[in-house]
Amino acid sequence: MKKKQNKETEAREIISAKPDRLVDIYHERLSFFTPAGEVKALNDVSLSVKPGEILGIVGESGSGKSVTAYSLMGLTAYPGKLLGGDLWFNGHYVNDMTERDFCKMRGNEVSIIFQDPMTSLNPVYTIGNQIEEVIRLHTDKNRKQAKARALELLELVGINEPEKRLKQYPHELSGGMRQRVMIAIGLACEPKLLIADEPTTALDVTIQAQILELMMDLKKKLDMAIILITHDLGVVAGTCDRIAVMYAGQIVESGTTEEIFYHPSHEYTKGLIASIPKLHEEEHTRLVPIEGTPVDLLNPPKGCPFAPRCVNCMKVCLDRQPAFTEISDTHISKCWLLDKAKWEAERKAEN
Amino acid sequence: MEDKKLLEVEHLKQYFRVSGGKLFERRVVKAVDDVSFFINKGETLGLVGESGCGKTTTGRTILRLYEPTEGKIIYDGVDITHADMKPYRKKMQIVFQDPYASLDPRMTVGDIVGEAIDIHHLAASKEERRARIIELLSLVGLNSEHANRYPHEFSGGQRQRVGIARALAVNPEFIVCDEPISALDVSIQAQVVNMFEDLQDQLGLTYLFIAHNLSVVKHISNRIGVMYLGKLVELAEANELTFHSVHPYTRSLVSAIPIADPIKNRAAKRFVLQGDVPSPVNPPSGCRFRTRCPYADKCCEECEPEWKEVSPGHFVACHHIDKVQ
Ligand SMILES: Nc1ncnc2c1ncn2[C@@H]1O[C@H](COP(=O)(O)OP(=O)(O)OP(=O)(O)O)[C@@H](O)[C@H]1O
Ligand SMILES: Nc1ncnc2c1ncn2[C@@H]1O[C@H](COP(=O)(O)OP(=O)(O)O)[C@@H](O)[C@H]1O
Ligand code: SF4
Ligand code: SF4
Ligand SMILES: [Mg+2]
Ligand SMILES: [Mg+2]
Repeated sequence: MKKKQNKETEAREIISAKPDRLVDIYHERLSFFTPAGEVKALNDVSLSVKPGEILGIVGESGSGKSVTAYSLMGLTAYPGKLLGGDLWFNGHYVNDMTERDFCKMRGNEVSIIFQDPMTSLNPVYTIGNQIEEVIRLHTDKNRKQAKARALELLELVGINEPEKRLKQYPHELSGGMRQRVMIAIGLACEPKLLIADEPTTALDVTIQAQILELMMDLKKKLDMAIILITHDLGVVAGTCDRIAVMYAGQIVESGTTEEIFYHPSHEYTKGLIASIPKLHEEEHTRLVPIEGTPVDLLNPPKGCPFAPRCVNCMKVCLDRQPAFTEISDTHISKCWLLDKAKWEAERKAEN
Repeated sequence: MEDKKLLEVEHLKQYFRVSGGKLFERRVVKAVDDVSFFINKGETLGLVGESGCGKTTTGRTILRLYEPTEGKIIYDGVDITHADMKPYRKKMQIVFQDPYASLDPRMTVGDIVGEAIDIHHLAASKEERRARIIELLSLVGLNSEHANRYPHEFSGGQRQRVGIARALAVNPEFIVCDEPISALDVSIQAQVVNMFEDLQDQLGLTYLFIAHNLSVVKHISNRIGVMYLGKLVELAEANELTFHSVHPYTRSLVSAIPIADPIKNRAAKRFVLQGDVPSPVNPPSGCRFRTRCPYADKCCEECEPEWKEVSPGHFVACHHIDKVQ
């Protein structure tokens, strides 16, 4: 039985990555098989990142932002399972990679920084130990060279008194400084891609401004690509080249930052932009919330996942998933409203 | 909104003893240090500032969940700094940040809301109690069906609604809202903010609205106070504070908010602060902001700036307002 399955996968034509892409994900499906049932965390996610580009991923809590990024690095948590799709990163076919391959890739070609730097730093080792360990793991630098590189990295990420910091433990640093250390560790081998998962959510806004400024600076200096995961539309507006909007395990719209903010085409994106208070408006206008509650991925709706909350929901939306409509070369959106001709044709065919 | 003060806080201080770095060493955290403000009936006063600056402590001390170290709390004309709080527990309520932790998981939503009714004997019969629970749930956008369910069956936004229904059960006049929307998804935040506004219109409530998100605070508040390391540094009407702030810290705070509009965001002048917030155990001498302030000089190091009214209703504590402008 097993053999047969293997044969089938071999026979399946693997879509290869486009040459100018650093990341190429085609139709990824991933589920967590929990005691309560199958959580369909990713349901047909396609996404790409060019070298040196900043892609923002925005969406509600649980929409699949982190799972998408982690699966690319081989960090899918138990009981998660990749069920379909093709994942390419920097010329590697990720689907076929073993844990050993991933270990080689992580830190070298791709690094990740998390929301809470405290949980990703080891409390019992000094900052110096932790940075040097990463450097020695991935390069053939000796102890002395590794220390010099660690100092250089701390300077690069704007930490004052780097000599002193090397000897300190994580709890002796502030949240902003810990995040700088995480970035320093992430950059140790000058990766092609940095995945930043809510890197500033746990920080105060004045510190957030510092870290974002730092990330933009480093991106220019090192020419790396960044996937920036956040729920803060303000953060993506100022930093990203392109934005992917996720809802219920799907990318429902993606486009350039300008396209997403000035011509949002999916009803969820429109709702999201309308629901945030605008600091720079003097008039008090009532907020326009998206009504209803987020999707339960144990029982996702049959049609458009946003249908239960969409003010413009039509009959077709409840029955069938919309497909992507190309709005421009860079802008795609999954909504039946953009594809009236198609659903009218389908309805005719049905009748 | 009336022109009558419901709450006045005068020179409020709240110090905590904490253990120091060395064995047996005791130190004092000046979590709130000489803070004065008032809130009018029906008004919303917003309180913003970085984490650890004393917002929560201010809110809790006002409710006497902590005994104030010094200063005065006056509620509706009565000095309650040392008063028996029992009669005030009904008038003054609090809504917490974490809708997950603040609800007992073993109680149904009906009983969570009903508990407050029982404690204060607000219902004469079972039927009256039930009717009141349903009334409260519908006030916050839930329905009678929800009464028999448990907190884990609800989403974050719905749990926050339950927390608010519980606070409203005793017919309060004043509610401290401590980061009530911070744990919620952006699309749900707007629902809850609108609900706070509607409840204020319907019930004439007065709010102290604490949050670190200035955009939300500006949206909901009439006036805003900015705290830094236990001190109020600026207080003004919401638009005045957003567009014409004079304290260097407020200015950096406003300019650090990422604007959700790519063109405006990229054009905005940032005033990025250097350095981190110092520890409240050992705050800088003089002006506490001086270690991060681009205008700081000797004077700022030596003496604490006074709390001054620079234009009607606009208060600031800074030595060099003229330089900043
Ligand atoms: N280890 C796991 N076991 C079971 N389900 C999981 C696990 N990890 C993630 N999930 C589920 O997968 C879905 C997507 O999760 P993911 O962490 O990607 O969300 P997210 O968009 O990053 O949200 P947030 O903004 O809260 O970080 C969610 O429904 C989540 O509950
Ligand atoms: N019960 C307590 N014991 C000791 N220190 C406390 C206590 N509560 C708060 N603090 C300290 O007081 C300061 C202000 O805290 P808090 O009011 O919670 O800030 P905010 O709500 O603005 O984030 C912080 O330094 C905090 O660590
Ligand atoms: S497909 Fe239908 S339900 Fe989905 S966003 Fe578009 S209009 Fe709304
Ligand atoms: S008093 Fe001095 S240090 Fe404090 S804010 Fe004003 S200028 Fe800056
Ligand atoms: Mg996540
Ligand atoms: Mg707090």
